[in-house]
Amino acid sequence: MSAHEQPRLPEPDRPWMMRTYAGHSTAKASNELYRRNLQKGQTGLSIAFDLPTQTGYDPDDELARGEVGKVGVPISHRGDMATLMDGIPLEEMNTSMTINATAAWLLALYIATAEQHGVAQEQLQGTTQNDIIKEFLARGTYAFPPAASMRLIADMIAYTVEHVPKWNPINICSYHLQEAGATPEQEIAYAMSNAIAVLDAARERVPEERMGNVFGRISFFVNAGVRFIEEHAKLRAMSILWEELGRERYGVSDERHLRFRYGVQVNSLGLTEAQPENNVQRIVLEALAVTLGRDARARAIQLPAWNEALGLPRPWDQQWSLRIQQVLAYETDILEYPDIFEGSKVMEGLVSELLEKARAEMAVVAEHGGAVEAVPYMKAALVDSHRERIRRIESGELTVVGQNRFTETEDSPLTADAEGGILVVDPAIEAEQIEDVRRWRAERDQAAVDAALQELAATASAPAGSVNLMEPTIAAARAGATTGEWAATLREVFGSYRAPTGVGEAAAAAPDTELAELQAEVARLQEKLGRRPKILVGKPGLDGHSNGAEQIALRARDAGMDVVYEGIRLTPSQIAASALQEGVHVIGLSILSGSHRELIPAVIAALRDAGVQAPVVVGGIIPEQDVAPLREAGVAAVYTPKDFDITRIIRDILALIGEDGSRRASTTDGAQGTFVVVADAGA
Amino acid sequence: MSGEGSALGARLRERDLAAAPAALNLLESVAPADREQAAALMRAVSPAELGGEAQGHIVGVTGPPGAGKSTLLSALIAAWRSRGATVALLAVDPSSRRSGGALLGDRARIELDPSDRGVLIRSTAAGERLGGIARPTRTAAEALAAAFDVVVIETVGVGQAETEIADLADTVAVVVQPGSGDVLQFLKSGIMEIPDVLVVTKADLGDLAIRTRRDLSAALRSLGSRATPVLAVSSIAPPSGIEELIGALAEHREGLQLGERRLRARRAGALAEFAAEQGERGLRALGGRPGAERLLAGQDPGLASPALLAALETAARDGAA
Repeated sequence: MSAHEQPRLPEPDRPWMMRTYAGHSTAKASNELYRRNLQKGQTGLSIAFDLPTQTGYDPDDELARGEVGKVGVPISHRGDMATLMDGIPLEEMNTSMTINATAAWLLALYIATAEQHGVAQEQLQGTTQNDIIKEFLARGTYAFPPAASMRLIADMIAYTVEHVPKWNPINICSYHLQEAGATPEQEIAYAMSNAIAVLDAARERVPEERMGNVFGRISFFVNAGVRFIEEHAKLRAMSILWEELGRERYGVSDERHLRFRYGVQVNSLGLTEAQPENNVQRIVLEALAVTLGRDARARAIQLPAWNEALGLPRPWDQQWSLRIQQVLAYETDILEYPDIFEGSKVMEGLVSELLEKARAEMAVVAEHGGAVEAVPYMKAALVDSHRERIRRIESGELTVVGQNRFTETEDSPLTADAEGGILVVDPAIEAEQIEDVRRWRAERDQAAVDAALQELAATASAPAGSVNLMEPTIAAARAGATTGEWAATLREVFGSYRAPTGVGEAAAAAPDTELAELQAEVARLQEKLGRRPKILVGKPGLDGHSNGAEQIALRARDAGMDVVYEGIRLTPSQIAASALQEGVHVIGLSILSGSHRELIPAVIAALRDAGVQAPVVVGGIIPEQDVAPLREAGVAAVYTPKDFDITRIIRDILALIGEDGSRRASTTDGAQGTFVVVADAGA
Repeated sequence: MSGEGSALGARLRERDLAAAPAALNLLESVAPADREQAAALMRAVSPAELGGEAQGHIVGVTGPPGAGKSTLLSALIAAWRSRGATVALLAVDPSSRRSGGALLGDRARIELDPSDRGVLIRSTAAGERLGGIARPTRTAAEALAAAFDVVVIETVGVGQAETEIADLADTVAVVVQPGSGDVLQFLKSGIMEIPDVLVVTKADLGDLAIRTRRDLSAALRSLGSRATPVLAVSSIAPPSGIEELIGALAEHREGLQLGERRLRARRAGALAEFAAEQGERGLRALGGRPGAERLLAGQDPGLASPALLAALETAARDGAA
């Protein structure tokens, strides 16, 4: 590079695209929020959908209970999409949708809405996340089995490359892998392996000469943690691997197509509930990881809010994060220089170290038969890495300021308001949305919808690759079908699926004194109860963030308990049936989506109806003011992200079983149970 | 508390499925008071009380990890339910050798309707016992067969597991996936007993599944067993072979001398339990295995296995005294 003589660029670079991951309550409320955000200088949209929309259920589905409008906006049909984008020029806007299992459907609604406004699909710009493998590994909003999911993705790529050429049909996400505990080399290796699986599937669907365009339309969605030097090296390593992959595996030669393009949301896993104001510093430093070096700078950035470990951020919290980006881009001199790490021995050394480790891990995935086949392996590896991270925090090896070190603090004025400094979604929204979707169904042309869904089912039943699912999907969107109907039609043909939990394969913990104490306590309880203490760990609702639940399950097993863990997406009646049939002594529930106020009491009611009296503990992102109502509903203990010491949580649970056993011995022996909450933080 | 065991047993005898979870809690317990109640429960469902053998079909399903047992069981349970048969599944998971704890992940892989009271799934840890059968699984199967139409015992492993399960179940199905050469070798070398039904999963794999099925049939023929059916099934949509498998299991059961097989199972169970608790020294006090078997043969055939175990214990104590 010729930058050696001239330390500055002739012209400063243009800033990256600035977004805020946003959406809540209703399409109308979210539209107002988007418009305000755009006025504040945001340059792109990033739509957060609620969990029912992400997993393909309408608001009136049993599984949607408590989740409607919580972590994002509910979009059930093209009417909702039109409201959401009202007054926003679709031909100019660059829209990112965090949508995966139902990505084809949401893109179809977006296309249908654009058509109504006279905007052709060729003009649309933006991206659908559409990375299903990481949903199986880390995020949990899958809907269909792996093969069918990969078919949908390949169909979308084949369709957009022809008809929506400015759309990035997929973002390979390493973001969620880091949230699930991935080390930098795992993050690189699994993301690249995942990209290979997608590109191999796409190669079967598009003409050879279009592979360059396909390759050039694949972007990444990455994470950046607070170790920002190493994180920057990670991104440089990814860009090297990506170019190599393009040239060697897919024969891409056009430089523009080979460029590694990524958007980023910086780390949520490291954000703390304790002294939450410290998260602002963390977010700033993490933003440096993705902006500092020009050769691996992000194309689009969205920053989490300081209070994500507490609950849902308010517009003001998100504004603060947008302002961080604006200060970086418009006040600092960061955009004025060529790559500032060029020639740095330290940076080069870090990059080659990461490349070496990542290549080794990619080889392991390839030996398993590629990313789709290796899902159970990768999942178990992530569970192990996350456990190691927790162990290091518990032991103090890894410092987390305000959490395991420097914990003395003044009261925070930031969380002093009645709602604890977070957004609380009005519970009446769910009923409104249920009514809305029913009205929509009643008022549309039912015959047209039936015909469109029939056509969709017929296409889905045809062999993969023979017909493209996007066309009947867009036709169904135009006809007025709903999210739940589209997904149900495909579930009918493809079957449904449960991803591996990763805990069964995880290795046993290395023995240590704390664990030995727990094991002795378990043995004592076993003597007293006559049976080995048995816990049910359950995740009610649609929330797929299972890291916390998995870690509790593992530690309970390592302590010697019998652990029933069924993975994510359970209804209250499923949890009650399992608790009863399994004869568990305690029940641990984990919820991070904010639906605990509805779902936990529903689970307790179902348990008691089934005759299960065992105590219940709850973990998750539970705001302080919700703890008392949960306890009143019958929850024995509540754990939040500040309770990072899992050994202590297990000790509490054992004590609870002991007390419950004593109380029961004085009455009659029936089925038992207790509620525990399992916590982790995550976006 | 007194009478709890016999009350639960009586409810099972009346085919009250809601009594099953509490009955299992009791049967799993090692507390002395619970053991007494458990014996009372078993007495209430013994052939003597039932006026014959329990009518439920006890089916053992075993095979190596990853063979597709859970997916197959999902499909089987759905098929049995659609015929109106009630089903109890006792899933035995391996335990961690290091901590003794177990992750009982199996029910996660089986799809069922939580409001359906006609299905029960209970996971148990294999505990320290090799061979795959958890201690209370024998009595649980015996008791549940009085209330449910089908009782499935699912274990993991190849080699020892199906030997133990053969002592306990009316019908044993070994499940293998295409290309499982080890099962073929185990069969030929006699490490593995010949099962009543052999199931090759993942029939959607086509040629490989067909070849595996052919190899297994040939091996069985060369061992002189022409009776064991070898079935290919696919559990992924659209499922195939499930109806044929249900038919083969039922056919095997119809050809059984049930009384004889169950009596053998109860005696084998009592003996295994005795050996596990008292070891070789206990057995010597009874004159070794032959002595113990003679003693069991002299007992009332209508007794439940805890009563048989008690007879062995008494004899060992008296003999030693």
